[in-house]
Amino acid sequence: MSVAVAKHGEVKHNYLNAGDTVLSWLLTTDHKRIAVLYLVSVTLFFAVGGLLALLIRLELLTPQGDLMTSENYNRVFTMHGVVMIFLFLIPAIPAVLGNFLVPLMVGARDLAFPRLNLASWYVYMAGGLIATWAMVNGGVDTGWTFYPPYSSSYSTSQVTLTIIGAFLIGFSSIFTGINFIVTIHKMRAPGLTWFRLPLFIWAHYATSVIIVLGTPVVAITLLLVAVERVFRLGIFDPALGGDPILFQHLFWFYSHPAVYIMILPAMGVISEVVACFSRKRVFGYHFVAFSSVAIAVIGFLVWGHHMFTTGQSVYAGMVFSLLSFLVAVPSAVKVFNWTATMYKGHIEFRAPMLYVMGFLGLFVIGGLTGLFLASLATDIHLQDTYFVVAHFHYIMVGGTIFGYLAGLHFWWPKMTGRMYPEGIAKLAALIIFAGFNLTFLPQFVLGYLGMPRRYHWYPEEWQMLHVMSSAGAALLGIGYILPVFYLLWSLRNGALAGPNPWGATGLEWKTDSPPITHNFEETPIVTEEPYAYENHHQQEEVASGTGASTAEA
Amino acid sequence: MVQEQAQQKLSIQFEDIAQQNESYIVGMWTFLVTEIMFFGGLFATYLVYRVANQEVFWEAHRHLSIPLGFFNTCVLLTSSLTMALTVHYSQRGLRKQQLLWLLVTMALACTFLVVKGFEYHHKFVEGLIPGANFRFEPAEHMRVAQLFFSLYFAMTGLHALHVIIGVLVMTILAVLIAIKHPSVQDFIPIELTGLYWHFVDIVWIFLFPLLYLIPR
Repeated sequence: MSVAVAKHGEVKHNYLNAGDTVLSWLLTTDHKRIAVLYLVSVTLFFAVGGLLALLIRLELLTPQGDLMTSENYNRVFTMHGVVMIFLFLIPAIPAVLGNFLVPLMVGARDLAFPRLNLASWYVYMAGGLIATWAMVNGGVDTGWTFYPPYSSSYSTSQVTLTIIGAFLIGFSSIFTGINFIVTIHKMRAPGLTWFRLPLFIWAHYATSVIIVLGTPVVAITLLLVAVERVFRLGIFDPALGGDPILFQHLFWFYSHPAVYIMILPAMGVISEVVACFSRKRVFGYHFVAFSSVAIAVIGFLVWGHHMFTTGQSVYAGMVFSLLSFLVAVPSAVKVFNWTATMYKGHIEFRAPMLYVMGFLGLFVIGGLTGLFLASLATDIHLQDTYFVVAHFHYIMVGGTIFGYLAGLHFWWPKMTGRMYPEGIAKLAALIIFAGFNLTFLPQFVLGYLGMPRRYHWYPEEWQMLHVMSSAGAALLGIGYILPVFYLLWSLRNGALAGPNPWGATGLEWKTDSPPITHNFEETPIVTEEPYAYENHHQQEEVASGTGASTAEA
Repeated sequence: MVQEQAQQKLSIQFEDIAQQNESYIVGMWTFLVTEIMFFGGLFATYLVYRVANQEVFWEAHRHLSIPLGFFNTCVLLTSSLTMALTVHYSQRGLRKQQLLWLLVTMALACTFLVVKGFEYHHKFVEGLIPGANFRFEPAEHMRVAQLFFSLYFAMTGLHALHVIIGVLVMTILAVLIAIKHPSVQDFIPIELTGLYWHFVDIVWIFLFPLLYLIPR
């Protein structure tokens, strides 16, 4: 890790130059440094997952299975799912941006339990390395869902090792969740009441509640699969007296809310960025805040929509269908409120704002197609087709990754003290948006035509759509690689950011960039509502009228 | 230096001792919520199978010893009392009483584990360990009975693991208190351990009737 602020004479004390030995990073308890550790780790795992996706799209270029055998294809898509979901999407925003920003935004010197925070990174790395070890030693072929009895009784791949990995990664996110809940409850700066909190904090609070309530359930469920596999105890395998449907209930009880673990933090990022670059208060702050909580609560009651065709009663199906429609309401509230925030705002088309706009479009498509799947009758046609694949990629990739990239660009100046290059960042945002749609729009059509997921050969008439999708994936790959280069470049060569390059509100912008080790010279006192952009705008006009300059350095 | 009234060390991230103490306690409660959900998954699994197989579960549960289970329930409940006393004396800063009651709690916890060990041993002798050597009469109920014992071992095993972790934590605390280590000068470590211990107790209070007292 190179320290950004070495040149330019005035070397200020900050968290990055507080120590430059490897040990000072590996034993740090500074939430900002742990965020950087996570940033590096999730980026590496994202690269692994991305390469696996590339293999999938290469294989699907042609109707025949010519690149790999069916068995290997099973392993590749399984590991793509496991790596992307457990090692990238779930930790990405909370563990990187959340870790960095939650204490800054609430005006605290660190999270409540700094050592637990460091432990979470080590547990994450242990889980990640075990999962990687499993991949190298033969991989897993069960799908990321680990459905028994295949996973517990028949698969000859590294199921147990992978489950241990996923189990550990689950505990790393539990540690993060506990830390956020306690920090948000107990460590807010004086004057920072609940309704003065940035919506990023509300989103992370809701996320933490889901993590704390949901993750233990999937942990015990996966543990039971491993126990059944190793000791042949009959819990889920019908041949041993168990019930495989029960596994699906328990698994989706966590794994559907897990989608909200991925998307809610992204929504928090969107609220911050959209207010800043529209120079307006977030429209309907309370509604956006409570919609996060509503998503967390209702999100726990919709898991059965994954099981419409797997032996659940029709009446249960009807209730789950209704509840799934219900969870769309708070999601729609957010989208409408962000749009209303932009209305008559002074919109600045910076790179983070481009990602926000991309997010809005993709999330609407992903959300609405989710309603198709939440309808019992259409789901029977679309279950386990590429329509489902496209739908959840629109939410998880279009939602989470766009939110993550928006946030990473928005707070990059805060994290490193340097500006990213604006022109190429905008270009990358456009490439990612185009590549994403080219990859996944054709998959809706494929799914509607009946292409099942997890197959590596298909009838020839679908080749055109698959070629489009693969071409989009290549474009998407280019779009993802660009930020790696220009962000690293900016560490040395970017313009100095100053404390508040965007003129944004929020406590994190009231301290240096990069912040000092304990964040603030003195504990800030909050006296105003969040997103008071209109007030600041007026103040600036008054100030510039008298000749004083409040502009950034 | 340390006065007779305990001096607490304030970590850098906190403003004052009150905030620090509250944070630790809220954190412990949040952790216990995750524990409830962790056991909750297992309890839900058990209840689903029991509702479906009430008759065979009743037959299988007759192989459990109600007297031993009842004895263990009493032991754990008493240990909750002694743990509460430990917390009480640590809040008063009375070191000797605190150490005494902590040791009594540990002794009760170990008693529980020993009795549990005898119960497991009986199951082993009777061939009730799920697996290739599992035997159950009548034979047509063997599959479901094996399910019952799978869940029995999973649930009581996980609970026993929590008891063992509790004993380990209490051992460390007892040593620290005995050598007057500064990290146990205040009551927070004991208070947190107490919360955990009461949770472990409550889990057993649900386990005992669910597993040992199945109505026909």
